[in-house]
Parts: sequence; C-alpha cells; structure tokens
Amino acid sequence: MSEMYGKGILKGLGVTLKRFWDTYWEDAIWLFRQVTRGERRYRSPEGIAHRASKNTRGIFTVQYPEEKLPVPEEFRFVPFLVYEEGPNGEKVMRCTSCGICSRVCPPQCIWIVRTTDPETGRPIPDPAEFYIDVDICMNCGLCAEFCPFDAIKMDHDYELASFGRSVYDKEKLAKPVAYYESIRPLNAARENAARAAKEAARFATSAKPEA
Amino acid sequence: MTAPAPVETLDLAARFPDWVTADARPGYSGWIVEKDKLPDFARALRDDLGYDYLSSVTGVDYLPEGKMEVVYHAYKTTGGPGVVFKVQVARQDPVEVPSLVSIYPGAEFQEREAWDLLGIKFTGHPDLRRILMWEDFAGHPLRKDWREPYFEEEFKPFKSRWPEGKFQMAEDKARLGDNLSFPAGFDPQKKTDFDPEKALYEALRQYQKTESGLETEHLLVNIGPHHPSTHGVFRVAVVLDGETVLSLKPVMGYLHRNHEKIGERNTFLMNMPYTDRLDYLTSMSNNFGYALAVEKLMGITPPERAEYIRVMMAELTRIANHVWAIGFLLNDLGAYFTPMLYAQEERELILDIFEAVSGSRMMCNYFRFGGVARDLPDGVLEKVRDLAFERLPRKVDELEALLADNEIIRSRGIGQGVLTAEDAIRYSAAGPLLRASGIPYDVRRAEPYSIYDRLEFDVACRPNGDIYDRMMIRFDEIRQSLRIIQQTVKQMPGGPIMAVKPAYQVRVPPGEAYGRVEGPKGELGFYIVSTGKSSPWRYHVRAPSFINLTAFGPMCVGQKIADLVAILGSIDIVLGECDR
Repeated sequence: MSEMYGKGILKGLGVTLKRFWDTYWEDAIWLFRQVTRGERRYRSPEGIAHRASKNTRGIFTVQYPEEKLPVPEEFRFVPFLVYEEGPNGEKVMRCTSCGICSRVCPPQCIWIVRTTDPETGRPIPDPAEFYIDVDICMNCGLCAEFCPFDAIKMDHDYELASFGRSVYDKEKLAKPVAYYESIRPLNAARENAARAAKEAARFATSAKPEA
Repeated sequence: MTAPAPVETLDLAARFPDWVTADARPGYSGWIVEKDKLPDFARALRDDLGYDYLSSVTGVDYLPEGKMEVVYHAYKTTGGPGVVFKVQVARQDPVEVPSLVSIYPGAEFQEREAWDLLGIKFTGHPDLRRILMWEDFAGHPLRKDWREPYFEEEFKPFKSRWPEGKFQMAEDKARLGDNLSFPAGFDPQKKTDFDPEKALYEALRQYQKTESGLETEHLLVNIGPHHPSTHGVFRVAVVLDGETVLSLKPVMGYLHRNHEKIGERNTFLMNMPYTDRLDYLTSMSNNFGYALAVEKLMGITPPERAEYIRVMMAELTRIANHVWAIGFLLNDLGAYFTPMLYAQEERELILDIFEAVSGSRMMCNYFRFGGVARDLPDGVLEKVRDLAFERLPRKVDELEALLADNEIIRSRGIGQGVLTAEDAIRYSAAGPLLRASGIPYDVRRAEPYSIYDRLEFDVACRPNGDIYDRMMIRFDEIRQSLRIIQQTVKQMPGGPIMAVKPAYQVRVPPGEAYGRVEGPKGELGFYIVSTGKSSPWRYHVRAPSFINLTAFGPMCVGQKIADLVAILGSIDIVLGECDR
C-alpha cells in the first residue's frame, strides 16, 4: 500500500469531528439569535422548523415529547366522524351510513348499524351505531378518500397508547366540523367549495322549470 | 407504458411442436409446456435462446377447473421482454412437477415456497422442505380450499360489517380452540416424536467434506432466530469447521402472515395499503409495482404528471433505502450507529416529503390504478428541489468520505463474500446484488416502464461482487437517482393526476399480468390473475429480499463466521418482504 495506512480512518474521523463542531457552532449561532431576535434552538417552533429543514446541521434530534414535529395537512391517523352543529347545538352527523367506508376498509375494521324507520322499515340516513376497531385499523385513509359525504376523515392525533383494546364508538369518533377545518384547512375549503358548487348546480336545475 | 421492444417473433410452439403450445386463454399469454419436457425446454431456453435469468416461479390453483399451474417468468440479462411459460397438471394433493433447480438454481427457494404454500412437489429438487411455514404444518395455505383460523368469508367486504354491523371483536368471533382444525388422526394432547428440525439438519450436513491434515470436529451452530436480526427475526443454521463456514441454510418465515392469501381475499384496491407492508422501507416502490401490474390488466396508463410524481417518489424511496442499507451494513460490520444515524438523517428528510404527500411516513399507500392518490401539496416540489439539488449530493459525498476509504471497511469488504457474475445470474440475484457482480441489469433500462425510457441515467455497475462493491454500488445508485429526481423536478408537467375517475371498486378484466419494477432491493414483481371479479384470483409477489437470499448460502461457504452477518447486511433484506 503506497498510501499511509489509517488515512481513510482519519478522513472519516474528520467527518465526525466536523459534525461535532457543527453542533456546537449551531448552538453559538442560535445563542446569538436568541440575544438579538429572541429565537431559540430548542423547544420553539422556529428551532424545530430549522431542524427539519435542509439547512439543519449538527445534532438533529427533536426531543419528543417535549418537542413535536408539526404534522403536514395530509397526515393521517385513525379516522373520525365529522358532525355539524344543529340550530340548537345538537350534533348532526354528516354520515348517512351508506356503508362505503366499511366496504372499502382493507382490514374490515369499520362496523356500522344502519337506522331503520320503525314504522316503514326503510333506512334513515343516520348511523345507529358506528364502531372502528382502532387496533385493527391500518391508517390507510381509504375510508376518508372514498366517503362521498365528507363525513369520515383522518385525524392528526397520533398519541393513542392505551392499556387495553381500543374500540371507538360513535360518541368517541364524533368530532365537530370546526375541528376538521382546523386540522385540514385547505382540504376543508376545497370540499366546501365543491359542495357549494354542487348545491348551486342543483338549485339552478331545480329553478329552471319555473323560469 | 411499454418500451419499443426489440422486434423478435419468438414462436416457441413452432420451435418445439411436440412440447409447447401457445396459451390461448383470453387475457393470457406465454406458452404451455408438457410437464415431462419441462427440463429439456428450460435448458433449450437458457442455452439456445439466451433466457438466462429465471425471475419468478409461482403456482396458481385453478380450483374450478381442477388444475394447478406452475408459472415461470424468464428474461435475458442483456435486456428485453421476457418469456412466460407454464406447466399444467391435474389438481391433486400433492401435484408433481419436475424441478428446474439444476438448470436455474435461482428457483430453489421459489420452488420450496410453491411446495410449502401450494403443495406442488418439485421432483428432483435437492432440498424440498417447507420454507415459510414450519415443517409439521398441515395443509398448503394458498390452495383455494384452505381456510385460515380467523376465516370469515371468501372475499371482502364481509357482510357482517354493514348494514347490521353489530361490533364483535375478532378474538370473540372465533375463540382460540374453536378456530383450529387438526389433520385426521392427530391428537394435540399427545406428544409425537416428530422432530421438525431433523430435515433441516440433514440438509445442512450434505456438504463437500474436504480432507485436511488435522482431524477436526464440525460444529453445528444456530444463529438466531433474532440475531442476524438487526434485520428482523431471521435464523441461520451453519456448520462450522473452526471458524470457517462449511454449509449454511437460512431459516425464515417468522414474520410470515400469508400476505398473498390476504391479497386474494381483498379487493384489488385494498391490496394497495398491504403492499406498503411488504418491504416497509420502500412502500412507494411496492405501490408502483402493484399499480403497474393491475394497470396492465386494466389497460390504462396514468397521465403524464402522475408518471413524473411516481418516478420522483420511487427514486426518493431508493435513496432512503440505500442510505439505510449502507448504515445497516456498517452496523453489521460493528461500527455501531454512527454511520447509521448519519444516514438516517437524510432518510428523515425524505420521509418528511412522503408524509406531506401521502399522509404517512412509511405506509404511504399513495398510488392508485391510473395515477396517484392526490396531487403534490404546495411547497413539496420546492422541498424535493432543495434536497435533490443541494443537500443530498453534499450529504452523500460526506457519507462516502466517512466510509469509502476506511481501512477496516476495506479489509472486511474487499474480496469477502464474493458472488461471481455467473453465479449472480444463476441464483436469480437482483438489484444491487446483481449489479455489484458486474451484470448491468436494471429493469428500468432492460424493460423500461413508466417514463424511465425518457430519463437520463446510467445503470450503476461494479465488477467485483464483494461486500465492499455492494456497499459502493449503493452510493452510485443514489447519485443516479438524484439525477433522475433532478430531471423530474425540472420537467414536472401540469395536468391531471388520474387517468380514470377514482373508484373504490375497479373492474379488472380476466387474464394475467406480471408487473415488475426495479425496486431498491431488486426486481419486485407482482403476478396477478384476475377472473373479472372484484378480488384477484391469484396475487403473487416476487420479493427480491427473499430470492436474493438464495445466493446467501453459496456466498458464505468458505468464509469466516464473522463475515456472515456482514454478507447478509450487504444483501440488504427486509423480513417483511422476505417472509410475506
């Protein structure tokens, strides 16, 4: 071997040394930013955003649970049911218990009991019971993707650890539309616009014969 | 999108009139070979026609027709389309088909799998044992009349879920004890003297004994289940002479969940999130392969923008997988976690992109038949641009500076665990394992799919086939992937992302299709048979992690036991895909 033995190891150690230096140099930079602009490296949104960006250098760890990475809008975790507030504050489920979500669900973890009118025996578009076996749910998001009524959506809450089996019923699954709009503002705006357009189209066609 | 295939009219029926007939069933292609002539046919195919690479062997149980079929896909390592040939036999238990291991040694594990799961006995196979199930398992789970313990219905969706979906826990529905069946004459209370390990140890002891001057005792050692296990629950049984490996058999299946049976109960779309869980490090690639296979059957092509997004995601996956593989190989070599965590930083940033695009970091479930699930959210393209043009090239150089010249890595890697070019082809090795042995075979170039025929990149190739080359080729491939991503960022067109209206029930015409992609670990293929119903009749995964292990034994023989885990690390397996 013509080259000095151990040169490659030294070169590699140079890389680790640079990382070591970067970590403390970043600390120094952030100390300066803290003094001048009040921005902090740890436990602050700007610090977390920096560590998740292409410019991050040195130590990179986000100290969960003290710090949490913000989740993107499309982030999906177990589904929930959207309800709207009625005029007297009652919960009006968007779900019509059409059953598409339970049919598209790959692990078959959605169970729906449809309400039937006790007099006519015909189905009423409102679920009597709605269960999701969260321990079986694979968070694929197909139910939310194919729901024609925007009634089932994927949540952002991922801290679900529990000591037993988690089976969520209708009560536990129901969340207000305001919550949905807060976690997925762009999606909600898009869907609201589409629904408004549909309504307008229906209004236009129904208004036509009179005109 | 298929490439302009080289014009070649391969009329095997005219060439072998007594042995071969064309498969004329609607939606099917390929050739049906007489059972007894199969070895002769395969030898002629390999030696005279140049189809030297047997990619996939699997079986199909045509229960209504009372037939079993063995399906082979063979290719040329010089590129071009492949040839599909089949053997049909009357359905019995077991059925017998001649083994092709002597012609294509890469069939060894795949034939064992077909025996294990479908009950196809390959006569002349040197070591026909079960591979994913345990030795005294009763029945062959992929046969259509076999039912799993928690069986509910043949096909999803299950009727009990809606409209009278009174919830019942799965474990209450079929309680332990009620959901078991035993073969006739078997008493679970009685101890049998059957030793499930006997066949393994007997097979293991069949090795070439060499005469050495010194009388030594050969030692049988089980490593794992779990130890070679920075990779998962995996076991290797070895016979050692001192520290030298004389014989080696991998034992797998600890993570087996019969993915293919689940897939045959699912509807076509339901399988998409399940493919994420095959090789859980490369879910975008898995989605790609499955989507291609089903699109082939449906006869649809995704719109331009979807193709670019797909390729961009698949190449990001390759980078994420390769940095992980390099990091893990260093773990296996004993350099615990410093290189691993350096590599993972870049993977983190790529996973952030997947999360923004698909909603999940690892279980992406992003591809749909005819496109992708949703368009790129605002800002994602900028993030990809920042990574592909700025950060990743710099970081890959840094990782290479950390590792490539390191004397310890060089002395542990160079010349160790060599897989020669001939052996790599013979054992059906795929992906980086094949290319590090000097075979420039890459499905993206050999049989281009999607838009790869329009993109500029080189097929990375290294000549020596040792551990060091298998590490370095991953650096090369990352650089080529970066080139591809840079092109897709620059050329990303506008327009729709779905060719058809998104639907949860797709109509798939009857027939068969084999869709394959160059996954980060090698050729990932999906063989699908549709009968026109909502679920696939047969859903088979050609898993590169699994088939690459065929070459693991031959690579290790003659090496020291300390190199065994390093060789395994350089193959880069994921047990989720290997065990399925």
